[in-house]
Amino acid sequence: MATEHSKSAARIMIAPAVFLLLVWMLIPLCMTLYFSFADYRPMRGVFDAWIGFDNYVRFVSSSSFLSSVGTTLWMVGGILAITITGGILLALLLDQPMFGQGIVRILVIAPFFVMPTVSALVWKNMFFNVDNGLFSYFYKFFGMQPYDFLSQSPLLSIVIIVAWQWLPFATLIMLTAVQSLSSEQLEAAEIDGAPPLARFWYIILPHLSRAITVVILIQTIFLLSIFAEIFVTTNGAFGTRTLTYLVYQRVLESQNIGLGSAGGIVAVILANIIAIFLMRIVGKNIDN
Amino acid sequence: MARAISPRKKLMWTALAWGFGLLIFFPILWTFLTSFKAESTAISDPPVWFFFDWTVQNYHDVLERSNYPLALMNSIIIAVGSTLLGIVIAVPAAWAMAFVPGDRTKDVLLWMLSTKMLPAVGVLYPLVLIAKYFGVMDSRLLLVVVLMLINLPIIVWMLYTYFREIPGEILEASRMDGASLKNEILYVLTPMALPGIASTILLNVILAWNEAFWTILLTTVDAAPLTKFIASFSAPEGLFYAKLSAASIMAIAPILIMGWFSQKQLVRGLTFGAVK
Repeated sequence: MATEHSKSAARIMIAPAVFLLLVWMLIPLCMTLYFSFADYRPMRGVFDAWIGFDNYVRFVSSSSFLSSVGTTLWMVGGILAITITGGILLALLLDQPMFGQGIVRILVIAPFFVMPTVSALVWKNMFFNVDNGLFSYFYKFFGMQPYDFLSQSPLLSIVIIVAWQWLPFATLIMLTAVQSLSSEQLEAAEIDGAPPLARFWYIILPHLSRAITVVILIQTIFLLSIFAEIFVTTNGAFGTRTLTYLVYQRVLESQNIGLGSAGGIVAVILANIIAIFLMRIVGKNIDN
Repeated sequence: MARAISPRKKLMWTALAWGFGLLIFFPILWTFLTSFKAESTAISDPPVWFFFDWTVQNYHDVLERSNYPLALMNSIIIAVGSTLLGIVIAVPAAWAMAFVPGDRTKDVLLWMLSTKMLPAVGVLYPLVLIAKYFGVMDSRLLLVVVLMLINLPIIVWMLYTYFREIPGEILEASRMDGASLKNEILYVLTPMALPGIASTILLNVILAWNEAFWTILLTTVDAAPLTKFIASFSAPEGLFYAKLSAASIMAIAPILIMGWFSQKQLVRGLTFGAVK
């Protein structure tokens, strides 16, 4: 039984981690909050500590805000759709009896460990490049005009790059979930004459629902802050400017700290709405 | 009962799975092959696959004519340093939460997780200001601390889920036998916790190695790790595919190998135990 003594010892042991995270969260966030109400443009030597909600009004009502939210939704939605559909199919495939299953798993999981700048540059140059990229070669091979991915469909290109990186994660989680499905249930359904599609729809998919939810929430948190892939491919041009990227540009490129900070707070609020849902699911899990 | 599977079916699944596996792996394979080509071969039309004059010249060039060694050193120091620092802070916290749970342990855990969801861009400027104020911009120390703080919630969570699986009876027994808190941790807990700690270290080194927001924005040259080093290839001049490939392979190879060993921990660590 935990004694009073061990309880106070426990508090002391938890304290450093809590204190550090508290400082890490509160100080910069309060500074951002403070700047968001200021007209602060260091390059021009402007500093007016209080201009009310002007920055928020300007940030939210600018056309770049709405388009950046749209871009973010398309990007996150596209990547989620690809990784979840692909992840489920791949997981079901990997669950089948085969030779060299371990090696196939290793091949499939590999992209997750490639650093974002490497995967973005490799795709940009060696696959998407209109002059020397591998895709252009395939287009020419089939007698078609090479397609300039990054300038014709920049958003799709980034979606492909990031989906490639996250497909392994979705697959791995789906595979973990698929493997915990009891085979008796599936066999019973098969004996009762349920066709494969019905088995998938009524037994496998419901079983995967928790894993799907977890993948959606965790990926969304990471995908909302996609940065490096945009940074090295389009630098935010051609309709690939997400909310994260817009805030980055306001703060570090145009050095309008007030406006950027207001944008940062907006991003924090939007991310928190998603976070609440994830916390509920994870929270339930602690109790079990 | 496992059903008997016809060899033909098994061969079919094997072919299909290998096909998709190789397709997904292909960009890495292609980068690997290109890294051994001469620059002119790297962009030849039609592409050459295996039969070319293999050369390690690109690796020589990257090693000798660029900042690669410094970037590699920075990556190692930042990834390993931030992880170990995080472990030192997280082990006591996770231990206490797993074995001496209080009424608010769950809230503390969830709150820690919530800090992970703070969009980095929301605190970008304050962090730059603070770093400049203390004169630590573009320093390894700054990156070690920032990445430690970013990954601390994951480290605490992973350790917590591992520690929770250690049976409490053993600890109680050792307490009955009069083991002090120090001895309990040192001789009872540590041996049983080591595998979990090792997995946590592995996954967090991988995460820190590949982190590409703070490492790009808080460094210029001195502390720039491989993520930033590779990003400098985005505006290159002349032929560079083979050199880009060589640099890329050198940047990802160590982590790819570590990653293959940590597949299981990956699911656990990144889903905070919600999927096992």
